[in-house]
Amino acid sequence: MSAKSIEIRSGRVIDPASQFDEAASVFIADGKIVGIGQTPAGFKADQVIDAQGLVVAPGLVDLSARIAGNIDAELAAAVAGGVTTLACPPDVDPILDEPELAERLVRHAEDVSQVRVLPVGAMTQGLAGSMLAEMSLLRDAGCIAVSQGRGLPPDTRVLWRALQYAASCDVPVWLQPAEYHLSKEGIAHDSALASRLGLAAIPVAAETLAMQTVLALAKATGARVHFTQISSAEGVALLREARDAGLPVTGDVAAHALHLYEQDIGYFDPLTRFDPPLRGYGDREALRLGLAEGTIGAAVSAHTPLGLDVKRVPFAEAAPGATGIELLLPLTLAWGEALSLPLRRSLLPVTARAAEILGIEAGQIAVGQRADLCIFDPEATWTVQENDLRSAGKLTPFLGRTLQGRVITTLAGGQPVYQRS
Amino acid sequence: MLDPQFDADGNLIHLLSTEGLSREQLTRLLDTGASFLGVSDRDVKKVPLLRGKSVFNIFFENSTRTRTTFEIAAKRLSADVINLNMSTSSTAKGETLLDTVDNLCAMHADMFVVRHESSGAPHLIVDHLRRTGRSDIHVINAGDGRHGHPTQGLLDMYTIRHYKGGFEGLKVALIGDILHSRVARSDIHALKTLGAESIRVVGPQTLIPTDIESLGVEVHRDLDSGLKDCDVVIALRLQRERMSGALLPSATEFHDRYGLTHERLKAAKPDAIVMHPGPMNRGVEIDSAVADSPRAVILPQVTFGIAMRMAVMSVLAGG
Repeated sequence: MSAKSIEIRSGRVIDPASQFDEAASVFIADGKIVGIGQTPAGFKADQVIDAQGLVVAPGLVDLSARIAGNIDAELAAAVAGGVTTLACPPDVDPILDEPELAERLVRHAEDVSQVRVLPVGAMTQGLAGSMLAEMSLLRDAGCIAVSQGRGLPPDTRVLWRALQYAASCDVPVWLQPAEYHLSKEGIAHDSALASRLGLAAIPVAAETLAMQTVLALAKATGARVHFTQISSAEGVALLREARDAGLPVTGDVAAHALHLYEQDIGYFDPLTRFDPPLRGYGDREALRLGLAEGTIGAAVSAHTPLGLDVKRVPFAEAAPGATGIELLLPLTLAWGEALSLPLRRSLLPVTARAAEILGIEAGQIAVGQRADLCIFDPEATWTVQENDLRSAGKLTPFLGRTLQGRVITTLAGGQPVYQRS
Repeated sequence: MLDPQFDADGNLIHLLSTEGLSREQLTRLLDTGASFLGVSDRDVKKVPLLRGKSVFNIFFENSTRTRTTFEIAAKRLSADVINLNMSTSSTAKGETLLDTVDNLCAMHADMFVVRHESSGAPHLIVDHLRRTGRSDIHVINAGDGRHGHPTQGLLDMYTIRHYKGGFEGLKVALIGDILHSRVARSDIHALKTLGAESIRVVGPQTLIPTDIESLGVEVHRDLDSGLKDCDVVIALRLQRERMSGALLPSATEFHDRYGLTHERLKAAKPDAIVMHPGPMNRGVEIDSAVADSPRAVILPQVTFGIAMRMAVMSVLAGG
């Protein structure tokens, strides 16, 4: 399935970065985009992809996808979801705390697929929260940032030192804001629902305290901080305040949190167990608006492929997370639809703005750019079923739901890497 | 989403919670329980309603008292009872909860009585039975985490109705560890549905769940205000591990603020009854002088518990 020069003919080309949105053909040669609209001089297509009626968008950029276990299956899932660049958090098995592990992951992804996998290295050794990991070597091995995985280290002094050290070697720090002690035993949003169901709770204060702590330390150390999976209205407000004050902080939100909220737990559905937990309706609305206004820069899949065994247990014992990379596009489109946003704006948080947070050239359709493209049918509806998912993890609370928007073809580095049959 | 306790026609097929049960359903269960009370006084303490049926007591959390009352109830209905202590079973060797359920299904179980330390575990079993086409097996929640203990809730309602004649106009106080109490939740739902005038929860903020008012209760931090003019006082067990550390300073301080003594009970109505789901911590949540007084109906609660569990089993089995 390889071709040197490709013409993607007559699609609706949307480049969220430039707000370009027109019917046009895209011309690709040697892995790069060489023309949009006008056929470049001397261009001869080895392959023509008919995109009439389809949207030609940049390949999606996903800031959080756990590529672990059956890596090939997860890469296949990525391209089936239109994702061509992804960041993998360190809390996978094995934990990404050694440069060799990060290198191996990058190399393997390159070998089996053109998907760019950007590991996020561990901030502390074994994510144990006591000894700093080799941040500089991890960066040299291809890590885009360092992170503590879920939550903050229990010892704030370690966090302070980690931010100091990261700043000194110019490594961004990605943190999921959850104060360790307030969140360690909780499984649900602290609310009337958790009280009714008898579920140990995590207060919103766990997130706000963590963000306030991190922001104070970021100011003091000069570390570049990105907050992953903000979950609450208070978290959005804090991020807005910090950004308005000129702090170089960014944030993202899990795509599932744009649609689900605590009531979706229903009668203890283990598939809705997430970390951070699904929060209240008002929180979900604030997350939606925060993403629309750009306070939150990116929507992420928070893809966590899990086997049946860790979900076929009572809610409190279920491993948090769900498969998501193949749902990132339709869930983002549904968010845009709910806010009546034009497509070019709906796609921003999973393309150009996500790439901006990564600090790499991606998420755009422009001449000279690497030809990472996601061609999708914006009208196609489909019902999420286990058998249709390519990820080894089949479990998501969206199973059985009908979503709109389906990836038809994905190109990574100018190569067609996925074609929906 | 349909309440998994009910079939498509609204019939109660599992008992997972007192929440969701209508006043008619609760009353029917209480009335059925009343009809079974006499069985225990007969020479032959058996009725044939569950003859030939197999009831499996699956207790993932130890509780001799609750397990025994379920066992007695099932035997008085003539069922075959199989007790499984899951702490020493294959589950302890790594078998999953649902594998255990599948195995018991293969042994032709008709009813599971489940106790589990995780809230929602019986719901998981019900969901699994539904998915695997075995909705004819009934599940009774015998206590799941902090969530529910519906048969305790029913026996508490029976006790209240027995001593107070009904629920209209009643003021009921639940005292102590509401946060971790499945009994409190079951009582609150049932009392609300049955029409109690006032349901109060009394305790320090560390033991009161967030927004518990949404369940229709009043929160009192002070015992005297919580007990004022109450008809029913339910003291809840305070577990030892919660008496120190961040939830409470000490058992002594808890007793000083919230312990039921005759002196403190003066705030309640003179004919108020005192209940406790057991086992009691004497001298902590309740003084012996109160626990052993004529106001305490703690032992009748146990007796009623057997009749109510018989009622639940027979109603679920279509009796």
